[in-house]
Amino acid sequence: MSDFAKVGRPATRETGSRGSAPNTAPEATIPPNPPDSGPPPAAPKVVTRPGDRIFRTLTVGSGALIVVMIALIGVFLLIQAIPSLSGNQASFLFSRDWNADPAALAFGVLDLLLVTVFSSVFALLIAMPVSLGIALFLTQYAPKRLARPFGYIVDLLAAVPSIIYGLWGLYELAPALKPVSTWLNDTLGFIPIFATGSSNLAIGQTIFTAGIVLAVMLLPIITAITREVFDRTPSTQIEGALALGATKWEVVRTTVLPFGRAGYISASMLGLGRALGETIAVMIILASTSQHFGFSLFDGGDTIASKIARAASEFNDPRGAGAYIAAGLVLFVLTFIVNAFARYIISGHKEYE
Amino acid sequence: MKTKRTASVLGIVAAGALVLSACGSDNNTAPASDNSGAPAPTATAPVECGGKEALQAEGSSAQKGAMEAFSAAYDAKCSGQKLSYTSSGSGAGIKQFNGGIVDIGGSDSALSKDKGEVDAAAQRCKGNPAWNLPLVFGPVAMPYKLEGVTDLTLTAEVAAKIFSGAVTKWNDPAIAGINSGATLPDKPITVIYRGGESGTTDNFQKYLKAGSKGAWTKDAGKVFNGGVGQGAEGSAGVADAVAAGDGAIGYVEWSYAQDKNLTSAKIDSGSGAVELTAESAAKAIAAAKIKGEGNDLVLDLDALYASNTAGAYPLVLATYEIVCSKGYDADTAKAVKAFLTVAATDGQATLADAGYVPLPNEFQAKLLTAIGAIA
Repeated sequence: MSDFAKVGRPATRETGSRGSAPNTAPEATIPPNPPDSGPPPAAPKVVTRPGDRIFRTLTVGSGALIVVMIALIGVFLLIQAIPSLSGNQASFLFSRDWNADPAALAFGVLDLLLVTVFSSVFALLIAMPVSLGIALFLTQYAPKRLARPFGYIVDLLAAVPSIIYGLWGLYELAPALKPVSTWLNDTLGFIPIFATGSSNLAIGQTIFTAGIVLAVMLLPIITAITREVFDRTPSTQIEGALALGATKWEVVRTTVLPFGRAGYISASMLGLGRALGETIAVMIILASTSQHFGFSLFDGGDTIASKIARAASEFNDPRGAGAYIAAGLVLFVLTFIVNAFARYIISGHKEYE
Repeated sequence: MKTKRTASVLGIVAAGALVLSACGSDNNTAPASDNSGAPAPTATAPVECGGKEALQAEGSSAQKGAMEAFSAAYDAKCSGQKLSYTSSGSGAGIKQFNGGIVDIGGSDSALSKDKGEVDAAAQRCKGNPAWNLPLVFGPVAMPYKLEGVTDLTLTAEVAAKIFSGAVTKWNDPAIAGINSGATLPDKPITVIYRGGESGTTDNFQKYLKAGSKGAWTKDAGKVFNGGVGQGAEGSAGVADAVAAGDGAIGYVEWSYAQDKNLTSAKIDSGSGAVELTAESAAKAIAAAKIKGEGNDLVLDLDALYASNTAGAYPLVLATYEIVCSKGYDADTAKAVKAFLTVAATDGQATLADAGYVPLPNEFQAKLLTAIGAIA
């Protein structure tokens, strides 16, 4: 008990002593209740000093600022979008055509939404296993000397600007993927996702190419977080598994993966959020088309973000611009849902509380 | 020991980077094309160099090559004076000009009264009208990539069918009918159009409307209305996409097709197949009429597009420089006048190499009058 007192905890006092000089007398700490001493004493008042109050204000202020900013962005999107939505002659959520001419507004976000979700999910499906492999390699299999520089290189992928990814995808990856796309289309063309789409796959400006580039952009995000999570696996569990005679893979399978699963899923959801909002790379790689989305990897089209970016230089009429902002609002809500879902997944796990 | 090794590795990398940065050829001229048949106009005019040192112009990507040639000639004539041209599309160029952000707007279409552009420009020019001055004619080529076919002829009608999706395969009877010598493969046609707003698209659709005898049922306009194919960003994007895909056909300003060494289709407007050369384009330009009033030299190209003069390639667009007739401050007005005069005289000689057609003499005379009237 007296050892506790020697640790410099801020002392608790009776009423009237707020803001006074720091207490150095260890005897002023509360003695623990003896088991039969009757009702417990009244809850002690907490001492707060100016530093506490300033720090608390700053932190609460920062948190509130973020909430206010998000709310303001949401309000801005709504205010700009509502006039156009009310003048919209087509169903906003279910129409597949997009005409933002202010004189004849008839825009529907369904096609854009489908392309956005389809390309992001495709990118995620490619990125998830690769990131898992990289994270496992870096934490479990690589020698420590190799792990650190290798980790830096993977993080370097996040530093490449997305326009560079776009240009690389358009000029290097698209021609390089031509044999793969052609083979997939020829042999597996009966499956709808590999069927011939609205974008010529010899040119390569398809969702297939864009999805692969997006996957490369997601890798550093998912890997960084997953790596941290896997590092936090309690060493007692790992040692216990090893003591029971598990091989390296069995250790990973029984201790690291179950422990890190929630973190891995939420990292992937973060990556998905990034992919949904990716603008420039998709705008450069994906060819626009007038045909509707046909659920094929070899389709062209626009995601919500790339459609807005393409039209951004022509935002002179507020009603026309409002149509695009309404689409942006849909993306905003979608990303919010994805991130909320990610938070929900980790909220059930005590190790992250 | 470790620091020394790291430092030495860094030193080698830095030295290597410096050495490699010296690599590169200075020979950056575009491949010369056979433009012997297009003589530059002969009139000269005095140029008063001076005024604003860095002029800003923005707009159509179709005239980018021409603007680069003009700005080189301007720099040579008036040393120290520069013009920088941003190629962001005709729509953006007009918008930036009307917003007062650039001094000269470059557009393939004249200012449109319906869209309020004429009024917005007059407001920018402090109540004075803005003039559309055509400084260069750019032929629009229809490049295609088809293995084994080096010679393709199209009429405006067949082109309209291709670009609106009525004809979808290369060996369609409509195409085979006018190409009796060629064996056309059974491949699907991939149409490449300009995404976004483009003056090249506007002129191409006007051509299809005027020349195709009803086969083109959609409107003209800066946005491609064909309803088929895939879009590419900018003229360079269209040329790249056509070069990359077998069975692709697109429409793009001639200089871009030349840069990528693409084969272009010949046009048969009723008097036989005509290949796109500077001569055939110049012959067609002679038929263009001015429909603007006074010094506003807007051209009526519909007569040109519907014409069937033998040996003339009718798919030509005129690119305009949009300037204020009055309303610039003194420095800007002086520099704009100097630039435009150089562009209309010395600059025309370099256009042929850049893939454009120089002005005919009568146009040049009218142009110099209009330029002289800018205050």
